[in-house]
Amino acid sequence: MRIDVEKLHGTLQAFREGIALALSNWKVRIGLGIIAFFVFLALVGPYLTPYKPLQFTGAINAPPSPQHPLGTNSFGYDIFSQLVYGLRASLEVGLLGGALATLIGVVVGFVSGYKGGIVDEGLMMLTNILLVIPTLALLIIIAAYLPYRGVLIESLIIGLTAWPWTARAVRAQTMSLRNREFVHLAILTALPSTRIIFEEIAPNMASYIFMVFILQFGGAILYAVGLDFIGLGPTKGISLGLMLQQAVLWNAIQLGLWWWAIPPGLVITLLITALYIVNTGLDEVFNPRLRRR
Amino acid sequence: MSVLVRAVDLTKEFRVGMIGGFRIIAVDEVNFEVREGEIFSIVGESGSGKTTIARMMLRLLRPTRGAILYRGKDVWKLKRREIKWFYREVQGIFQDPYATFNPVHKVDRVLNLVFQVFYPHTSERERRERIEEALKSVGLNPREVLGKYPHQLSGGQLQRIAIARALLIKPKLLVADEPVSMLDASTRIDVLNILAELRDREGVSTVLIGHDLSLAYYISDRVLVLYRGSIVEMGSVEDVFEKPLHPYTEMLLESIPRVDKKWEKRMEFKAEAEEREVYALSGCRFAPRCPYASSKCAERPPLTRVDKEHYVACWLYAKR
Amino acid sequence: MARPLLTIENLRVYYDSPRGLVKAVDGVSFEVMEGEILGIAGESGCGKSTLIHSLILLKPPMKYAGGKALYSGVNLVAAPPSVMKRIRYREISIIPQYAMNAAPPAKRIRDLVRDLVRSADPDADIEEVFERARERLKLVNLSPRVLDMYPVELSGGMKQRTIMVVSTLLNPKLLLADEITSALDVSTQRVVLELLKDFRDRGIVRSVIFVTHDLASLYQIADRIVVMYAGKVVEIGSADKIIHDPLHPYTKALVSSLPRLGVHYRRQKLSGLAGHPPDLVNPPPGCRFAPRCRYAIAGLCNREEPPTVEVDGRIVSCWIYAKR
Repeated sequence: MRIDVEKLHGTLQAFREGIALALSNWKVRIGLGIIAFFVFLALVGPYLTPYKPLQFTGAINAPPSPQHPLGTNSFGYDIFSQLVYGLRASLEVGLLGGALATLIGVVVGFVSGYKGGIVDEGLMMLTNILLVIPTLALLIIIAAYLPYRGVLIESLIIGLTAWPWTARAVRAQTMSLRNREFVHLAILTALPSTRIIFEEIAPNMASYIFMVFILQFGGAILYAVGLDFIGLGPTKGISLGLMLQQAVLWNAIQLGLWWWAIPPGLVITLLITALYIVNTGLDEVFNPRLRRR
Repeated sequence: MSVLVRAVDLTKEFRVGMIGGFRIIAVDEVNFEVREGEIFSIVGESGSGKTTIARMMLRLLRPTRGAILYRGKDVWKLKRREIKWFYREVQGIFQDPYATFNPVHKVDRVLNLVFQVFYPHTSERERRERIEEALKSVGLNPREVLGKYPHQLSGGQLQRIAIARALLIKPKLLVADEPVSMLDASTRIDVLNILAELRDREGVSTVLIGHDLSLAYYISDRVLVLYRGSIVEMGSVEDVFEKPLHPYTEMLLESIPRVDKKWEKRMEFKAEAEEREVYALSGCRFAPRCPYASSKCAERPPLTRVDKEHYVACWLYAKR
Repeated sequence: MARPLLTIENLRVYYDSPRGLVKAVDGVSFEVMEGEILGIAGESGCGKSTLIHSLILLKPPMKYAGGKALYSGVNLVAAPPSVMKRIRYREISIIPQYAMNAAPPAKRIRDLVRDLVRSADPDADIEEVFERARERLKLVNLSPRVLDMYPVELSGGMKQRTIMVVSTLLNPKLLLADEITSALDVSTQRVVLELLKDFRDRGIVRSVIFVTHDLASLYQIADRIVVMYAGKVVEIGSADKIIHDPLHPYTKALVSSLPRLGVHYRRQKLSGLAGHPPDLVNPPPGCRFAPRCRYAIAGLCNREEPPTVEVDGRIVSCWIYAKR
């Protein structure tokens, strides 16, 4: 038991050092700052507005005003309310879908890269098939057959299709680590493969996996926006993609309703850009360290 | 003396390049045995296949053909339970001490794991005592190294911890792949002395893989000389180093800088053939560089016994 | 013997590291005579590599911290870049340790030669240099075709011989060689060592400084050996004296830990050197070897720096030999 506590402590320590190192980069700080702002908005926003996202407020096509900070749309819905609720849904999809894709990709990559041989061939065949199938088409087909679609289903669909490139990247990293002497030493200690993967190989890829997750997070948000936009998003509720879809569908731009058309697009762009900046920053921080080893 | 390990027609092929590549026979039908209580050196230059042999002996690499038998059992046909037994008896030390330790873990981990896996019923106090004892026996001060991360220690210290780890397991055989080549000259000898003491006190056998003939001479009982994946000569240290027979062994011995006599005239040398050509040779692979090469050398020379323990693979000594 | 070609006086070269300033070369003095092969021996981190690299190009993280390295009136470690540009490669050249691995892989050897010659001497007749290169390649038992090959096409031994030819094409007076045999196989090592000597004998280069951790190689080709420990020179003497009759306790330990053919554990047990070299960010006071020295005099060696004295034609820095 004592050893476990010690190990946990060591892991925490390494984790803390990693975070401190990451935060020393200004790109990471700025990117995370933007993301934190949106997360805060998604969490707190719904309490700041008296309206539900799909609630008729009485004003139609109203420009921004103290009652409606971002105005209303042609259905009389409050845009600010839609935005904060929609942000919530989009972040949920990003988090769930991104996490699922990362998880599957990492596990497949580890097993494939470590085991090699027939296991590797089988898993990589599956991965490559998924990789060459046009994913968006697949998503459309799946989504079209589901009568009811919520945020959870959407995340699941995205998570289950977005993992292949992660699997390939993790596999390559695992294969190079697998031939390092410390892994050989673990084999000589008769450690089972799962322990070697999770205790020897995975900790050396922690920062890499985190970066993969950030990319998957952004990817999932974008995929969800795409699905929503072509009308295969959640069957009820609101999301940033749905807002964008409706704004386009009801000619918001042509009607000069900029407060309806711009906010969802701007938020999506900012969010994805922030994630990209974080990733670039993390790459700057962790890559030279990998090289130095 | 009983035989611990027997290599039977051990062969390993690697494919170089994906398309239009060529095959390299890195280890080519090698046969030898390692006995209990001896230090057996495998010497060769880069590309001789010595590290490949070490990895196959440690069950890290599967032979393409042939087998490694440990106490008569093919190590690649061991059952799950037997694998643990195998690693309790056979352990390894690697060339690069920095790569041997996982940079994210403290060095204590490899020592603690020994008990966790092989001796789980040891009390906490006994574990600590045995770890300290093992560290002291390799000349380390436990307080200076325990609780440290690998990058906080020197190569020499790490290599000693790797040896201490092996000692904790109490193996019968150590496979040491260039264990001192990355250490400073003045610390090398002490690491070798530890291996020799282990042999004399506990009867542990060591397979010492290396390129330095003087180091091999210093502690080995028997020596095997490899060239491009084939055995060229094998025998006791005295046989191989003092009565070398194979032209390659002779050339190697002539090449090492000695401190008791200076080189007199320049060594004649033939440029080496291209790598892929050498590995593709069906005859003697040293023939392109050999001053005594004849047409016979296009055929592979058999490993011939010339004395009680002395074997050589060269047509000059083949008995017909 | 002849006149000195290079005189190093109390040279200090430090370098920046995350932990602070490393005093890698800390008050080193010796001379390189005309026509000699001078060996510098020492273990990793003793400053030998920093020392010779500072002679050819003192660049960050290296820092000049005092002293002189005089070559025909020029202090190499403090000369302006324009002066060094005239000297580098033409007068003093270096065979770096991993030369060919650092060479741009898309360039043929011929292009490397052209670049080097152009940067050192824009007026040089390049065809003449190529002609000389072909001759020299033959001299080191390589085909002149090597000029048209790419670095990856050469084996380890061929690379090392090629780089020897390339770095001496302008007949530099002083050649610096940094661990050039360490990565080579035994059989090619001897060839390269003998070529180094041959280059000197033929007058292609006048003098050589050969840095290595391998004392036995030095014994074979060096005239004199400088032994360094932790940034300081501990002993200088002829190769024979250093190997067969070392004076300084460190040299003694180094030589006696040398495995050699004929020495077997069962007949003659060798012993290494316990402990490890000091941290050169914060070197200990007094003699830097004192903490590991069997003969250290308490209260003296660990307090005061040992004097450098001449004993039996050798220079040694040790309190044991000081006239007290």
